[in-house]
Amino acid sequence: MTNATLKRLSLVIGAPVLALVTAFLITSLVLAVAGDSVSGVWGQILSLPTPRGYVNIINSATVYYLSAVAVAIGFRMNLFNIGVDGQYRIASFVAAIVAGEAWLPGYLNTVFAVLAAMLVGAAWAGIAGILRVTRGVSEVISTIMLNAIATVVVAYFLRKAAVEHKGSNTIATKEIPEGSRVPGFTWSEDVPAKIYGFVLVAILVGILYWVIINKTRFGFDLRATGLSETAAVASGIDVKRMVLVSMLLSGAIAGLVGMPLLFGNDYSYGSTFQSGLGFAGIAIALLGRNHPVGIALGALLFAFLDEQSNPLQILLDVSPDIVKITQGVIVLTVVIAYEVVRRNGIRLEQRSVANALEDEAPKEEVKA
Amino acid sequence: MTASQTTEVVVRLRDIGKTFPGVIANHDVNIDVKSGTVHAIVGENGAGKSTLMKILYGVQKPDSGTIEIHGNQVSLGSPADAIKAGVGMVFQHFMLADNLTVLENVVLGAEKRHGIGGAARDEIKRLSQAYGLDIDPDVRVEELGVGARQRIEILKVLYRGASIIILDEPTAVLVPQEVDELFGNLRELKAEGLAVIFISHKLDEVLSVADEVTVIRRGATIDTVDASSVDARQLAEMMVGSELPNPSTSESTVTDQAVLEVRDLHLDGAGRALLDDIAFTIHKGEILGIAGVEGNGQAELVEAIMGMRPAATGTVTVNGRELGDSSTRKRRESGIAYIPADRHRHGLLLDSPLWENRILGHQTREPNVNGPFIDRKMARKDTERILEEYDVRTPGIDVLARALSGGNQQKFIIGREMSDTPDLLIAGHPTRGVDVGAQSAIWGHIKRARAEGLAVLLISADLDELIGLSDTIRVILRGKLVGEFDPATVTPKQLGSAMTGASE
Repeated sequence: MTNATLKRLSLVIGAPVLALVTAFLITSLVLAVAGDSVSGVWGQILSLPTPRGYVNIINSATVYYLSAVAVAIGFRMNLFNIGVDGQYRIASFVAAIVAGEAWLPGYLNTVFAVLAAMLVGAAWAGIAGILRVTRGVSEVISTIMLNAIATVVVAYFLRKAAVEHKGSNTIATKEIPEGSRVPGFTWSEDVPAKIYGFVLVAILVGILYWVIINKTRFGFDLRATGLSETAAVASGIDVKRMVLVSMLLSGAIAGLVGMPLLFGNDYSYGSTFQSGLGFAGIAIALLGRNHPVGIALGALLFAFLDEQSNPLQILLDVSPDIVKITQGVIVLTVVIAYEVVRRNGIRLEQRSVANALEDEAPKEEVKA
Repeated sequence: MTASQTTEVVVRLRDIGKTFPGVIANHDVNIDVKSGTVHAIVGENGAGKSTLMKILYGVQKPDSGTIEIHGNQVSLGSPADAIKAGVGMVFQHFMLADNLTVLENVVLGAEKRHGIGGAARDEIKRLSQAYGLDIDPDVRVEELGVGARQRIEILKVLYRGASIIILDEPTAVLVPQEVDELFGNLRELKAEGLAVIFISHKLDEVLSVADEVTVIRRGATIDTVDASSVDARQLAEMMVGSELPNPSTSESTVTDQAVLEVRDLHLDGAGRALLDDIAFTIHKGEILGIAGVEGNGQAELVEAIMGMRPAATGTVTVNGRELGDSSTRKRRESGIAYIPADRHRHGLLLDSPLWENRILGHQTREPNVNGPFIDRKMARKDTERILEEYDVRTPGIDVLARALSGGNQQKFIIGREMSDTPDLLIAGHPTRGVDVGAQSAIWGHIKRARAEGLAVLLISADLDELIGLSDTIRVILRGKLVGEFDPATVTPKQLGSAMTGASE
């Protein structure tokens, strides 16, 4: 049994490693075909980051992490919330307006705005949840639609809510007052950039996610529904309610995705606010197997690849988009590798059960 | 029982072996099947009958051993190879397109033999005539009953030129009258010199139709005997290798205290009612058996009682309290235990460890939970108890439910459902697909619980099980309860008539 456990463990670690190696090879192939320097690109990407690079990696990993947890909540339920992207953008916009208006003083304003963001994210996801439980609309379709709607809704209201920013021709919401901004942590004295204070929130979200999913009755119901809806119904779980609640939760966490940027970097929501984070979250949740630690590693990996590829254009005249290929292949291969591991795991287990019972069999027969 | 023509060995299996991880494999399988005979292969569920037949039909390749057909050694890589060699198979689940005619179904995939028109029709008529199959090539399959569909499957195999026909548990889907017809057909086939391989675990049937019987136990052939020289008991003991279980309950423990009362239960379906005017009462210590051909409302009845069919109307009262529209969870909490008919879909989280499966359906009850939290330690401890008390054979509680054999999964489910000393047990096919050992254990648990005052609603397709365990048997037909029988006097034949509506 210990032998089998060991073997299974090696399979679990082997899967992501296999995926990484495959992604590495395919990316190299693409580079070679395009006539770019394979060794040069990998030399840059796999070098040690600059001090400032470390800060950037942690910061974008924080944002990725929140996005991936939002997606993972859905995944544990067999719900595919593709709408994290729209949810966080509309939530960030509302939070930027609330925080910019500063109806409350200091950090009360911050807390209020963050809660507003979670509420809006939840509400936006909740639309898909309600459609699913009342009308059977697939959440995949409805959240994609809601992403598109979020884009135009935000663009429309941004124009109304925008204020003049001196020396800039982009439009944005009113800036958040100094007293409501979230201070960051200093990495080292020579780096002016700070690590987002929201990194703590991301860690807290990770811990809460782990506790709720693994330790609570609610989490059990959620996982059971994801594993087998039919068995969940027979066991007395109200599956419709679970769908709605988990969509709301997923949306609330999605609402947090833009907060590190809003309160730690941009201080307003404008046309340049980072988009596409929701889709990165899907990839990272898959890579991290919906596990809070796995997601953290995946988020750091993605952030690392992003950061290290930035100078490629200047140094080697290679588009940094090459890492998008790497990231894409990682996700694709990791999904396949996990499935292989899953099947092997089951086979190993069946064999160990059969072996264990074989030893026992003669004794049992006498009893029967 | 002697064959009309000279008999020759048409199928010779020697030392066939096949290993799968975790599944009982075939080893040392030796069988000779003669032409003009019905050769039965019997064994418990999971003894390796199906694997063996898949090997003979080319679905799976053996790891070792040789197959000879008509004296030539063959290597069967696919069913197409098997058909070419003259081997055909009729599966338990029919593979027919309902909206096509018999002719179209038969020629589908075999267009090259006699085309798709008149020649094919003539051939079908000829075969139907020659083997007494009574099939009209121009009827749509959807208009035909189960027995006729099975004959079409046999005809499909004959049409493709098979002289060796494998029938995998052909009687499992038939009522007793249809079984008799099938056996008539089989006798015709063998009279024409064909070899029929008949897989079953119903020994009385085997003895009534087979000439020779090969017994398989734990993947190996135990012996081949002449059907006229053995009785069912001897065969069964060869199959199990030990004493036999018996479903019959001892004296009645029925009391006059009603536990479950169902009145006017009705559920609409597309076109016709799925359940109509259902009414019955089950008392403390009573087992009510429901007999019926599958798909006549059994699943709906169970789900309505469990609160999984909100559209159902009527009243369900447990221990004097009307359930109204309370949720499945509330119903479970109020003392209803539930053994689902499909344990893989409804009873287990296959990819979760056993101790988590202990919690399933009992998420709100001790010892599994502590406030809003799962009590992992206590749930694990209680899982150990279930393994011990219900003899669930597994190396541990962290094993995934999927890795267990069907019998052990079922024993585990019963242990779990009996955990809170329920007042009422709803059991759907509690021993379907489990081996004889687990079957007798499960019967034992149900009987013991009944003696302690449990009320049981037992749905089963196994008429022996129903007659043996039940205190009363009701028959369900097209969503209605149509007859009431005393298990002490009823015969499977009478039940069969009621199940098909022949007695009306």
